[in-house]
Amino acid sequence: MKRINRNYKVRNFHQAKWDEPIIFELSKKGERGVLVPKAEDEIVDLVGDGISKLPKNMMRKEAPNLPEISQPRVLRHYMRLSQMTLGADVNIEIGQGTCTVKYSPKVNEQLARMPEMTEIHPLQHESTVQGILEIMYKTDLLMREISGMDRFTFQPGGGSQAIMTMASVVRAYHQANGCEDKKDEIITTLYSHPSDAAAPALMGYKIIYIHPDENGYPDFEAFKAAVSERTAAFFVANPEDTGVYNTRIQEFTSLVHENGGLCCYDQANANGLLGVTRAREAGFDMCFFNLHKTFSTPHGCGGPATGAMGVTKELEKFMPAPLIDFDGEKYFLNYDITNNSYAVGKVRLFNGVAPVVMKAYAWIMSMGPEGLYEVAKIAVLNNNYLFKKLMELDCVDAPYIRGKQRIEQVRYTIEKLTKDTGIKTEDVQRRMMDFGMHYWTSHHPYYVPEPMTLEPTETPSKEDLDEYIATLEYIFKEAYETPEKFKNAPYCSSCHRVDESYMDDPNKWAITWRSYLKKSTV
Amino acid sequence: MSIQGFKSHPYIPNSVVDVQQEMLKEIGINSLEELHAEIPEEIKLKGNMNLPKPFSSEYELRRHVEGLLKKNKTCKENINFLGAGCWQHYVPAICDEINSRGEFLTAYGGEPYNDFGRFQALFEYQSLVAELVDMDVVNVPTMDGAQAAATAIRMAGRITKRNEVLVPKAMDKEKFLIMKNYCAKDLTLIKVDYDIKTGQLDIEDLNKKISEKTAAVFFENPSFLGFIEEHGQEISDIAHNAGALSVVGVDPSSLGVMIPPSQYGADIISGDLQPLGIHMNYGGGQSGFMATRDEERFVMEFPSRLFGIAPTIVEGEYGFGDVAYDRTSFGHHRHEGKEYVGTQTALWGITAGVYLATMGPVGMFELGQAIMQKSQYAIKKINAINGVKGSLFDAVSFKEFVVNFDETGKTVREINKFLIEKNIFGGKDLSKDFPELGESALYCVTEVHTKEDIDRLVAALEECVK
Repeated sequence: MKRINRNYKVRNFHQAKWDEPIIFELSKKGERGVLVPKAEDEIVDLVGDGISKLPKNMMRKEAPNLPEISQPRVLRHYMRLSQMTLGADVNIEIGQGTCTVKYSPKVNEQLARMPEMTEIHPLQHESTVQGILEIMYKTDLLMREISGMDRFTFQPGGGSQAIMTMASVVRAYHQANGCEDKKDEIITTLYSHPSDAAAPALMGYKIIYIHPDENGYPDFEAFKAAVSERTAAFFVANPEDTGVYNTRIQEFTSLVHENGGLCCYDQANANGLLGVTRAREAGFDMCFFNLHKTFSTPHGCGGPATGAMGVTKELEKFMPAPLIDFDGEKYFLNYDITNNSYAVGKVRLFNGVAPVVMKAYAWIMSMGPEGLYEVAKIAVLNNNYLFKKLMELDCVDAPYIRGKQRIEQVRYTIEKLTKDTGIKTEDVQRRMMDFGMHYWTSHHPYYVPEPMTLEPTETPSKEDLDEYIATLEYIFKEAYETPEKFKNAPYCSSCHRVDESYMDDPNKWAITWRSYLKKSTV
Repeated sequence: MSIQGFKSHPYIPNSVVDVQQEMLKEIGINSLEELHAEIPEEIKLKGNMNLPKPFSSEYELRRHVEGLLKKNKTCKENINFLGAGCWQHYVPAICDEINSRGEFLTAYGGEPYNDFGRFQALFEYQSLVAELVDMDVVNVPTMDGAQAAATAIRMAGRITKRNEVLVPKAMDKEKFLIMKNYCAKDLTLIKVDYDIKTGQLDIEDLNKKISEKTAAVFFENPSFLGFIEEHGQEISDIAHNAGALSVVGVDPSSLGVMIPPSQYGADIISGDLQPLGIHMNYGGGQSGFMATRDEERFVMEFPSRLFGIAPTIVEGEYGFGDVAYDRTSFGHHRHEGKEYVGTQTALWGITAGVYLATMGPVGMFELGQAIMQKSQYAIKKINAINGVKGSLFDAVSFKEFVVNFDETGKTVREINKFLIEKNIFGGKDLSKDFPELGESALYCVTEVHTKEDIDRLVAALEECVK
């Protein structure tokens, strides 16, 4: 057999396609998936069937219409669904900008699945959970050093919940100072994450957006005009989702402080800054890290995650309880902040997602200060290499700061391609899948026309980057030559183009199988 | 300046110096130090962060973390009777197998074209929970049961355009605080008293507090204190007659034997998925769900993602996608979207789906039955101990029950300390959050408990209080 020629640049790919039924379609009356531990005879002798004690009106009348499937068939079904999912373990995950999808080491996953992690109850006596408390306490110390903040909580279950928690601390702080009524505005920027606006809005704040200036920096003149006595806080990502770092950030935070507001740092985009610069030096009062992003715990299709939130000493008393402390001998849950009547109270049950904290701890301990610095350097190197190569393509551009570096990602525009060929960024997204590549457009609305946001992180090798670039190049060329190909793409995916008209029509949308069955018979 | 890269790190392919040089040349700079030219010098760190040195091998890292984790005492080596929002159930091996698949574990924000399996698995999860609660719409999971309850009442507030919510006094204090914080600016939570003898919601107090301002009556079944609320229909009727919605928190593990709240008037159901095939994880396994009828006024108020099924351009193929995406803060409206959405707990949703598909209707029935039998056995046996009330409330309970020690002269604290020495984790101490219940503890018995486990608890309690 001749050796396969690997000189081609674009991969010959086809995703698994199993034509797998919806799980209800697999049901066979009488089949069982697992046997349940039953009560022993002596128990039954003493209490009977147990359920006839239920008040009559509280008994279930008909069994739930769950499928009846034997175990091998359930397993095969879900294994097939997993094969039809393009996780970061499978593809070169560059396409999900702003999300920092990097390698999640398998050793950390194995550690998190030890019974000493999975089989502990959150209300166990402190003396029986010294291990996890020590890990959480020490991760707090690590986070303090990485950010310059004075105290962390791991309660928020993700970045957006951390933003909500920061907004809650803002409210508590101004309440305690008796100026809650005067402080009713939150300033954020157009290129910060949508949750930087949405979560403070939930907390009742009026949201003011600062638009970018011609270089893509948040417009300082507009900012000066927006900051006032009414400013409760400034919520911002830096670098923003464009990958542009606001070099005047200290002037922004100083101005807010002069007006009695707080500064909250959305560090979802922190990966390129580890060991380079911190929230403290830039003048922030609060920040959060996504442990599932920057600190490598996997994304799990969208959680469980952790938004590790840090604050300065002054704000510690407003944090959700409990905090984890060490008295020199033992680790313990500290509820002292509940004595402050303005404290936030609680944002997530118990103490957050402990296995995620554990995985982040293990990751940091496998990096050390030099390794974290290396992460930032290689992430930025990879990003600027990708940036340079993509800008050489005729139809790719990226608005703002020409000739300067971006941090961990770039928001590109392929507007020229659309103008020349009619192919839109969503079309490219679908076609990329034919080559086993994930590609994300951007958050809505598209302030950058026909956007694509790519973030390589430190994980891909140069070869990986080159393959991604070559695939994009191939697709762009194809858009000029055979644009009709995009209409029905993808062709090599588990499914073809979805009829989106179903998604916004109450008569057609079906959010569950039973709803589908009802509507499809109409 | 002591900063140096960590060369050839196994997690970072491009930490190979030759490759770096090639790439640096390509972008026209000479060293890694020149990257970050955009960061002002005055806010750059001038030396290494003060962090521990890294482990120099995977083996050493493993030894270290294993050593820390071994300091934990597990609910496997000990007998655990703690519940109170996080419950020890048996997790079928198939749940762990699917939950740890790298494709699901490391996927994130793809489209149906690359993450087809994720979309289908979550659509199926929604569909399976829908059968359990007998509702037509279920969301992609939220943070936890408390967040789900908070969002459910916020939805009710938006639908009714009212701003008061009645909640049971007999609820988890932590959950109440989460809901209060989440709703602080828009909704006032008012507690409705309970009958101290039966635990049941005080209907008289409910009637007194309900008004034209009430957006929702929120109650739980089974309640936080374990008893079954028998007046579900009556409570829903009172809510509806006042123009409010009935919002019910439910434990999904009860629904193989108990009637779903949708059948006694609930408009929105919320709950936590953790009992469905998810390990306790020190409280990290919590995951919230909400369910409603398939009516536009409900669907459009969900802040979470809702995965729907749709045809593709090829006949005979199922496709999936986001239903009414623009409701969410991810859509065009940002801060004008409903609440906010972000990374929540999707992997737990997939896992709960695997659990429900594996258990089926018979499994869920047997689960409910075993829990009821075993907990009733425990109540009977504990009740026989001198001075101990096996169940404080004169009502049927599911899974959890309040044990009262007032007549023993001992505090729950003292008793739990004694039990730990016998390798038993006693129930949650209620004396601080529910002072009216005296020295009481919330005990949880599930299908994992054997007769021997319960008998050991009873013997230890006897010894402790004699």
